[in-house]
Amino acid sequence: MTATETTGFVGTPVLRREDGPLLKGKGTFVDNIQLPGTAHAVVVRSPYAHARIRSVDLTEARAAEGVVAAFSGADLRDDWKAPMPCAWPVTPEMKNPEHFPLAVSEACYQGDGVAVVLATTRALAKDAAELVVVDYEPLPVAVDLAEAVKDGSPTAHESLESNISYVWKLETDAVDAAFAAADTTVKRRYVQPRLIPNAMELRGVVARPEPNGDVTLWSSTQIPHILKAMSAATLGMSEAKLRVIAPDVGGGFGSKADVYAEDLLVLALARRLGRPVKWIEERSEGYVATIHGRDFITEMEFAATKDGTITAVRANVTAAMGAYLQLITPGIPLLGAWLYAGPYKIPNYSFTCTGVFTNTTPTDAYRGAGRPEATYVIERTMDALAAELGMDRLELRRKNFITEFPATIASGLTIDSGDYVGALDKLLEDFDLDAFHKEQAARRASGDVKQLGVGFSTYTEMCGIAPSRILGAIGFGAGGWESSTVRCLPTGSVQVVTGTSPHGQGHETAWAQMAADLLGYAMEEIEVVHGDTAMAPYGLDTYGSRSLPVGGAALHLAGQRVIEKARQIVAHTLEVSGDDLDFAGGLFSVKGSPDRAMHIKEVAWLAFAAHNLPEGMDPYLEATAVYDASNFSWPGGAHAAVVEVDTETGDARLVRYVAIDEIGTVVNPMIVDGQVHGGLAQGIATALYEEASYDEDGNLQTANLVTYLVPSAAELPSFELGRVSAPSPLHPLGAKGVGETGTIAAAPAVINAVVDALSHLGVTDVQMPATPERVWRAIQEAK
Amino acid sequence: MRSVAITVNGERRELQLEPRELLVYVLRERLALTGTNVGCDTSSCGACTVLLDGESVKSCTVLGVQADGCEITTIEGLAMNGALHPVQQAFHEQHALQCGYCTPGMVMAAVSLIESGEAGSEKAIREGLEGNLCRCTGYHNIVKAVAAAASVTA
Amino acid sequence: MIPAAFDYEVATSADHALSLLGSDPDAKLIAGGHSLIPALKLRVARPSKLVDIGRLGELAYVRDAGDKLAIGALTRYKALRDDALLQEHCPIVSTTAGLVGDPQVRHRGTIGGSLAHGDPASDLPAVMLALGAELVIRGGVGERIVPATQFFTGVFQTAIGPGEMLTEIRVPKLTGATGWSYVKLSRRAQDWATVAVAALVHRDNGGLAAASIALTNMGATPLRATAVEDALTAGAKPTEAAEHMADGTDPPSDVAASAEFRAHLARVVGKRAIEEALSR
Repeated sequence: MTATETTGFVGTPVLRREDGPLLKGKGTFVDNIQLPGTAHAVVVRSPYAHARIRSVDLTEARAAEGVVAAFSGADLRDDWKAPMPCAWPVTPEMKNPEHFPLAVSEACYQGDGVAVVLATTRALAKDAAELVVVDYEPLPVAVDLAEAVKDGSPTAHESLESNISYVWKLETDAVDAAFAAADTTVKRRYVQPRLIPNAMELRGVVARPEPNGDVTLWSSTQIPHILKAMSAATLGMSEAKLRVIAPDVGGGFGSKADVYAEDLLVLALARRLGRPVKWIEERSEGYVATIHGRDFITEMEFAATKDGTITAVRANVTAAMGAYLQLITPGIPLLGAWLYAGPYKIPNYSFTCTGVFTNTTPTDAYRGAGRPEATYVIERTMDALAAELGMDRLELRRKNFITEFPATIASGLTIDSGDYVGALDKLLEDFDLDAFHKEQAARRASGDVKQLGVGFSTYTEMCGIAPSRILGAIGFGAGGWESSTVRCLPTGSVQVVTGTSPHGQGHETAWAQMAADLLGYAMEEIEVVHGDTAMAPYGLDTYGSRSLPVGGAALHLAGQRVIEKARQIVAHTLEVSGDDLDFAGGLFSVKGSPDRAMHIKEVAWLAFAAHNLPEGMDPYLEATAVYDASNFSWPGGAHAAVVEVDTETGDARLVRYVAIDEIGTVVNPMIVDGQVHGGLAQGIATALYEEASYDEDGNLQTANLVTYLVPSAAELPSFELGRVSAPSPLHPLGAKGVGETGTIAAAPAVINAVVDALSHLGVTDVQMPATPERVWRAIQEAK
Repeated sequence: MRSVAITVNGERRELQLEPRELLVYVLRERLALTGTNVGCDTSSCGACTVLLDGESVKSCTVLGVQADGCEITTIEGLAMNGALHPVQQAFHEQHALQCGYCTPGMVMAAVSLIESGEAGSEKAIREGLEGNLCRCTGYHNIVKAVAAAASVTA
Repeated sequence: MIPAAFDYEVATSADHALSLLGSDPDAKLIAGGHSLIPALKLRVARPSKLVDIGRLGELAYVRDAGDKLAIGALTRYKALRDDALLQEHCPIVSTTAGLVGDPQVRHRGTIGGSLAHGDPASDLPAVMLALGAELVIRGGVGERIVPATQFFTGVFQTAIGPGEMLTEIRVPKLTGATGWSYVKLSRRAQDWATVAVAALVHRDNGGLAAASIALTNMGATPLRATAVEDALTAGAKPTEAAEHMADGTDPPSDVAASAEFRAHLARVVGKRAIEEALSR
C-alpha cells in the first residue's frame, strides 16, 4: 500500500500523518505559544477543603516585582454574567450551588481558586502568589461519600441542607416481584475508587485580545466548540467575537471535556488587561484543579432461577459529585444508567442514582464515564452469582447473552448489533483455558507462594454520544450531532472540515482515509481541518467515543453530497443523465462508454469556474452534512486477564491480557489497536494501582505523581488483541466507537482474576485498586 | 544572573541565567526549543527527558546553571539531515505515539537505553523505560518500537 | 515547578565548597540534585544559596583501599552499578545502586547525595548500615570518620554538621564466605521502597557465623534488625529469625502501606533476603 493509491484505504493500517511534527518536537501544545507582552497568571488556591473566606489581602502581591495585576474572587464577581455552566440538569429539582471561576465568600474544596496574580513571567507570578494573604475560617467538611450522604452530615456548602444533589431513577414495573420470585439472589457492595485522569499534557490556556475587539483563546481542550459557546455565555460577550483553538492537545480522557475556571479567568483577564494572558497548570495543581473521575458506591443485586437465568437486576448507585457540578458532572452516572444488565437478557430492571456533594475536587467525565462503573459491578456480580449457583462463570454468561439483534433491553434502549457469543468463542480459542487450569492447579497443589488467577469480562457499552432526541429527553443541555464539510478545491486538493476535536486519536489520518476512498483522491491530496472554531465553525467535539460513530458518519454524508453534486455537473457537461454515470476511483464515466469520462478534480474546476453549471446550482464543489445518529453506538466483547498474586506480600501483577472486541467496521486497525491498548492500561491501572484518597479533613493524600500510581511500562505486559465484527446497520460504514472499550472492560477482568487466584483460600472480593495491603488483608480475613 | 555556555544540539549557546531556572525552562523559554515537554513537578513522568553528555536525564531535575559546559541533545537535535532517527522512525512505524506529549521524552529515554546496550529484551526495555509515563498507548507499541529500533541500530 | 530564588556558587574543590558553605548558614550543597531539586520545585526547600559540588570530579571514584573499597561521594548510581571493583568485592552496593529510581535518576544521582539526604525510604542507607560502612565527613577542622550506625539520626537528618560535607564512603570487601541480598518491594518500578531489607550472612565451616540485616523505610532512619541477627547467630532458621524483623521498628503509615502491613512485609521480605543471601 502506498499513499498514492486512491482507493481501499479504509480497513488498512495507514501510518499516521500526525506523527511527523510530534516526533520532531514541533507540536503546537498550548505552553509552546509564547506571545510578546504576555501576563502570566497563577491561581491562589484554598488549602482548606471547606472554609469561609473572610478577606483576601492583595497589597503585598500587587507591589511585588513584575506584577501586572491581582484579583480576588470578589474583585471579579461582576465579570461573570452567569455562573460556570452545568449542562446536564438531570432532574428539575437538582441542587446546583452557584460556582464562579474564583470563589467569592466560601471555598468548597482543597484547590478551589480564591485569587489570581498576573506578572510578566511565570516565576514572578509564582513568587507574588505566595504574598497573597487570605483569612480563612475553616468550616466542617463532608469528605467521605458514604458519610456525606447521611442525614446530619456536615454539608459541602453552607447553603445546602443536605449533600444530596439529586435522586434519579429508572425502573420497570415488576422488579420487586421478580426478586421475590427468584430461586437465588445475590447482593454485593462495590466501591469505585476516585481516579485522577492524568492526561500527560497539563491544562493550559492563552487568550489574546485582537485589535478589533475579538479574542482568540487557545485551550488544551477536547471541546473547542462547546467551550466557545459556554465561555461567551458566562462572560456575557458575543460568541461571534470569540475564536477558540484547540491546538495539539496532549491527551484528555474526558478531563479536558469541560469548561474550567481557568478558561474563563484567562479570557476575562485578557479582556480586562488588553494583553495576552497565559495560564499553565502544574501537575500537583492539576491534581486538585482538574476534574476527577468515578468515586461511586454501588449496591448491585441479581435475581436468578436455579438454572442460571437472570430475571432481574437492581443497582443502587451513590455517586460523588465533588464540591460543584462541572459541565456534565451529574450526568456521568446516567451514561451507564441503561447498561446495568450488560450484554445479558434481563427482563426486570431497576437503577437508582443519588448524586452527592463532597468537599473534594469535582468529578466529571473520565474515560468510560459511567460505563466502567456499570460494567465493573455487573461482571463482578456475574462471578458472584456463578459461585452462588455453583455454575461455571462463562456458562452463566453464555446462558444469559443477548443473541438476537436489534435487541430492545429492559432499560428501554435498543442495541442495534453485537456478537457476544462470537467474541467469547474467539477469546477461548485464543486463550487455551485448559493449559491455564493445569498450571493453576499445579501451583495450588504445591502451595506456591505465587498463585495464578484468570478473570473474564464480557461487556457491551453505549457510546458515540449521539442521538440529540434522546439526549434532550434525559435533560442534557446540548445535542449529539456532528458536522463535516467536504470541499474539493479547484486545483486538485480536498479540504475536509470536521467538528470533532482529536487529541491523540488520529482523526487527520483516519478521516483522510475515509475521504480518499469516497472521493478517489490520493491521501496526500486531502487535508483535515479541526479544532479551530474559525476554520471548523460547527461541531460538538470529541468525547464518549463519538468521533467516528457521529463525526465519521457526517464526513461520509458530506462526501456523498459532493459526489452527487459532481454527478449533476458531469451529467450536464456531457449531456447525459446522472443515472447513466458510474463513479469509481474519482472518475465519472458514462455507462457503456468508458471513454466518455471526467475526473472529479476536473469537476471541481468546472464548479469553481461556474461557466456552465446546471440551472440554479451554486458554484463550488463542496457540501456540508450534519449527522445526528438515530441510536448510540454499541461495541462489545470478551476479555480475559491473568494475574499472579504473591500471597505473602499481597502483590498482584498482571501477566497476560487477551481482549476480543466487537466494534463493527474498522477504518484504521493500527489506530484502533492503539486505542484498545491505552484503554486497557487505564482499566488495569484502576484495578491494581490508581486511587485518589483524601484524609478526613479533605486534604488530598495522593497529591502528586509520586503517590498517585500511574503505571509505567514496567508494570504492564504486552496485550493480545483480537476482533469479531457485527457492523452497525445504522452507521454508513458500519463502524462503532472504540475509545473507551478497553477501560470499560478491563477492571472487572483483572479483579475477577485476583479473586480467582485466591478463591481456594476463601477470598470472595478485593476492593479496587487491589493494593498489596488490600490483597493481604483479604487473605487474612478469609483464613 | 550567571553566565553559562551550553552546547545544545551541537550549537554553543551563551546565556545569562537565574540560578533557579530549570534546564527544561532554559530549553523551552530561553532557546525556544519547545519540543521538550513538562509533564509533572515531581521528577516522575520523564516527559522532559533530554541527553546530557550523552545520557538521559530529566531536564526538570537539572538546573540550567548545572549544565554549564555540558552538551545537551533534545528531540529537535535527533533527526540527522532531515531523516528521522531510527527511534523516531520506529515510533512512527509502530504507532508508538498518540497525543505525542510524552513522545519527545520517551524517544530520548529510548535512545539512551539503546545506546547503553540495555534494550536487549522486552523485560529490559520495559524496566529501562520505568521513568517515563505515557497515558495513551499502554506502552505496548512503545516497547515494540524500541525493540525494533534496537535491532536496527545494533 | 519553579523554585524560589537562590544564589549559586560552583565549588572548585572540597575546601572551596566548605568555605562557601561556611559563609552562609542557609546554604546547601548540591551534587546530582536528585533529592534537592524536587524539593526546590515544590518550594518545600528554600535555601539561600546552593554550592554546586557536582563538578568535583576528584570525588567521583571507587578505589581499592586494602580490605575496603573507598567510594567518592560524587559517584553516580550508574557508575556504582557498573563498577568492576564493587561488582567483584561488594556486589550488594552495585546491585542496589541499579535498583534506585529510574535510569535518568541513576545517571545523575550520587551516593553522597543520597546518604546525606537521610531519607529512610532510600535504598543505599540500609545497605551502608548492613555493611558497617564508614562515612568520611570533612569540615573546617579536617576529616572525621563516622560509622553508618551513627550517621543516620532522623528523617532527613544525618551526622553531617553545619559547614561539613560527606566526601567518601568506605565499605568492606566481602569474601566468598559472605552471602548478600537486597530485596525491595515497591508498587511501581520507579517508586521508593515500601519496605526493603539488606542482608549479609557470614558463613563459617558451612554454618552461619554472623548476620547483618538492615531495614529500609521501617522507621525514621534505616534500622539494624538486631533481634534477627541475634536469632540467626544463635542458630535460628531464617523463617524463625525473620519473625523478629519488625521488632523495635516504628514504620510509617502512608498511602503506600499501613505500619502494620509494613511490619508484615518486613518479615516476608526479610526472610526472602536471608534465604537469598544464604544462597549466594
